[in-house]
Amino acid sequence: MSVVETGIDAVVHEDENVHHDEQNFWRKYIFSEDHKVIAKQYLITGIFWAILGIAMSSVFRLQLGFPNADNSWLKPFLGKWIDEAGKIDPNFYLALVTMHGTIMVFFVLTAGLSGTFSNFLIPLQIGARDMASGFLNMLSYWFFFIASVIMFSSLFLQMGPAAGGWVIYPPLSALPQAHPGSGMGMTLWLTSMTLFIVSQLLGGINYITTVINLRTRGMTFSRLPLTIWAFMITAILGLISFPVLLSATLLLIFDRHFGTSFYLSEIYIGGEALPNVGGSPILFQHLFWFLGHPEVYIVLLPALGITSEIIATNSRKPIFGYRAMIASMLGIAFLAFVVWGHHMFVTGMNPFLGSVFMFLTLIIAVPSAVKAFNYITTLWQGNIVFTPAMLFSIGLVSFFVSGGLTGIILGNSALDIQLHDTYFVVAHFHIVMGAASAFGLFAGVYHWFPKMFGRMMNNTLGQVHFWLTFIGIYLVFFPMHYIGIAGFPRRYYQFTSYDFTKSFTDLNMFVTIAAVFTFFAQFIFLWNFFSSIFRGKKAPQNPWRSNTLEWTAPVNPGHGNWPGEIPAVYRWSYDYSKPGAPEDFIPQNVPYSQTLESNLPHENEQISMEAEIEAQNFNDQFKNTH
Amino acid sequence: MTYIIGFLVVIFLVLTIMVISKMRNVLKGVNSTSEPTDNPEGNGWNAAMFIVFLVLGTVGFVWSYISAEKSFLPEASSIHGRRTDDLFWLSMGVLTIAFFFVNFLIFYFAWKYQYKSGRKATFYPENHKLEIIWTIVPAVIMALLVFTGWKAWSDITSDAPKDAEVFEIMGKQFGWYVRYPGVDNRQLGNYNYKLIDNQNEMGIDLSDENAFDDFISVSELHVPVNKPVLLKIRARDVLHSVFIPHMRVKMDAVPGMPTKFWFVPDKTTAQMRSDLTNPDFDYEIACTEVCGRGHFAMRLRLIVEDEASYQKWCAEQKTFLETYPEYLAKVPDNLKAKAMKYVPALGTPDSTMVQVTGASVGTSASLR
Repeated sequence: MSVVETGIDAVVHEDENVHHDEQNFWRKYIFSEDHKVIAKQYLITGIFWAILGIAMSSVFRLQLGFPNADNSWLKPFLGKWIDEAGKIDPNFYLALVTMHGTIMVFFVLTAGLSGTFSNFLIPLQIGARDMASGFLNMLSYWFFFIASVIMFSSLFLQMGPAAGGWVIYPPLSALPQAHPGSGMGMTLWLTSMTLFIVSQLLGGINYITTVINLRTRGMTFSRLPLTIWAFMITAILGLISFPVLLSATLLLIFDRHFGTSFYLSEIYIGGEALPNVGGSPILFQHLFWFLGHPEVYIVLLPALGITSEIIATNSRKPIFGYRAMIASMLGIAFLAFVVWGHHMFVTGMNPFLGSVFMFLTLIIAVPSAVKAFNYITTLWQGNIVFTPAMLFSIGLVSFFVSGGLTGIILGNSALDIQLHDTYFVVAHFHIVMGAASAFGLFAGVYHWFPKMFGRMMNNTLGQVHFWLTFIGIYLVFFPMHYIGIAGFPRRYYQFTSYDFTKSFTDLNMFVTIAAVFTFFAQFIFLWNFFSSIFRGKKAPQNPWRSNTLEWTAPVNPGHGNWPGEIPAVYRWSYDYSKPGAPEDFIPQNVPYSQTLESNLPHENEQISMEAEIEAQNFNDQFKNTH
Repeated sequence: MTYIIGFLVVIFLVLTIMVISKMRNVLKGVNSTSEPTDNPEGNGWNAAMFIVFLVLGTVGFVWSYISAEKSFLPEASSIHGRRTDDLFWLSMGVLTIAFFFVNFLIFYFAWKYQYKSGRKATFYPENHKLEIIWTIVPAVIMALLVFTGWKAWSDITSDAPKDAEVFEIMGKQFGWYVRYPGVDNRQLGNYNYKLIDNQNEMGIDLSDENAFDDFISVSELHVPVNKPVLLKIRARDVLHSVFIPHMRVKMDAVPGMPTKFWFVPDKTTAQMRSDLTNPDFDYEIACTEVCGRGHFAMRLRLIVEDEASYQKWCAEQKTFLETYPEYLAKVPDNLKAKAMKYVPALGTPDSTMVQVTGASVGTSASLR
């Protein structure tokens, strides 16, 4: 508000005279280096994958809920994977389960969530023209796109896509003779994931560099919105852990194609004793889960950051415990690297390791609990507006709490003996990671849609979408805990082989119906999303009356985000309902000198620094849009 | 049952349509400009829904638990299993309290502090004391759970008692092989995966004399009751996992890295059949690490019986050598005499028998 647009003519920069030609269609919309376009590319690709991933889950849930049904009507989609009797092929069932996990964890909730919101929000919320490297950013999307094409093509192989579970443990994933999907399907999976990892690393480096180097004047780390903290910590997590997955997959490629024995030892299969000795499948599991555990926080932290922002804005209150929120995110991030063994309690690894990992795992529950309590205290004595984004954020907190609590059971190695690889685990991670992060994705889309597309989504449809999905997800995953307690193992095609799995047929049917119902409810969102892009009401500049910097940019921000100077920042982004203030929000770019009526004592002392803030010019990005 | 589900689905849809139409009615009263409005549309409905969800959710939780618990596994039939079950339900009890309390706050606050025009939210950015309290309290609870869990884990994963009955269980695509140490020397013989073939599926190494009395079953694991049972677990092709739900036993079967798990079963199959009034009850062993197409169908029966019955059953089993006498050829010459003891049928004219070297034929006749 206080930033007066100086006459740009007064300052002569040489490059001012360089006039950027209007970019052609390809450079503007396809191979764009603009972070906002790239964010939308990630979002659309993520939505595509989400539809596919959830459709897959509906198919295998049909098998589990209605094992005797005739699924011939699926033949137009699945061809020979449905046999003459109308039953889904058991090999393909495993492929569905595997691809569902791979798609949802990596392509939807990592690329689709981080890729969209880190890209879109980081420059806009820290006050930057664009990412540190637009070129690397563009590469990161296109590597992701190529990885997507390769993974998608694996679905059409005659032998089927990879089918050893999303964790692709060898030797099953190393030996084509062990499962048809372990042939070309696995090769394509590995190729796709290698490119995917490259994409994530390129993106992550960019996010971190941008946050460190391109914050606007006055935007100290302690004034950053929690979204940015979350995205940056997530990027650091990814930077350290994804290369280890790369190494795990690289060694797997070596075992598959170059005769090495990293993971293989003493195997007799298909009538022959393989020559490999000395390797260990446990090595793969260690390497995989060294990424695998931080990965779940990579999936969850952006959603938590988004929730912080949305809950504060829509409660009209500061987020409670800003510094505790940062500290807990840092604590979670650090501990994320030392708990991976809790996925491996019954692998045969040394039991002493089991004890160590149990201790560390239960420690990580503490900062997570702190975050949940802080969200709830933010709601307390707020003045809550139930925008769809707010609804999804509240729903996320409920999922995070409910799913997180069962994690305490699973982190206890003695209890994990019975529950490992049962539906109890499936229920746990779907609630705490799958549903919570999906809700973060939805909340983010509803909240920042006006900024992305200059229009509003339909509020009512958003609220209906929330309630149907929220209820639906609890109906799907809550009963699953019972099925797990009863000992039902994961990745089972059907439950007819054992007496101990003869129960709960009705419950499995119920879960399937709820799952299909919830899947259909998502079409409300899809309709709302796509039709609002073209026919939504035009958005005002700050529809949510929010404090963060992105709402000071024009409704349709162009290249360079702000047409004139980037605003300077004087305060944190959580001055909502400040006593004494005329409005119930004070944006970050409003100096303390202009809010004397609501300043706290220590804030009055900062007025003298304002001129200093405005005079900062670390690089020339502030004045010109380029 | 399907009809009940279908009916519920219809009810759901009707409720949905009702909700949507009610929303539309609210919408009609709202101006259609895009300015941020002071009275958010549908706010009251959403606030009310949180309370409805809270009530219906609680009812659903309680009812579903009562309905589901009938189908849980019966009380564990092993000593450590009852210990971990107690720990499990204790932990679940603590967590359920937290679950209700915290979720209650979420939904109650959402409803109670819904937007009221003219009201101002409370500017309350932090409270260090509160942060410390709700850091320490969960930490203490967690520490207690960890400690009890650690004690149980250490005991369960300790070395098996010296007098444990040892069995080898090997997973393969798609079934289990169980090897018993045999009635004479109670020791399992060595194995080598390179010796595996269509008859010697477990790769028994017949140059080890301990292997001579070993016998194999592909359908059942018989164990004596009230004695420690040590399972030596391996796999020959891909990862499998031995899961005995009624005993609360689970351990992965890894190709190239033998694993183990020991437990004490203290309820016989017969007793379970009587307790559950189910004459067809059987303890079962399932695979619980995805291993390919037949992962869901790797069933092995576990039979727990009194010592006498167990010994009697063992004595009736044919040793590996007895089943495949042609493998005598693989026994080193100096041990052939010992091996012959376990092939009582040798010497009878039988066209299925493979030629054995002359010397051993001679000696076998005298050993009969």
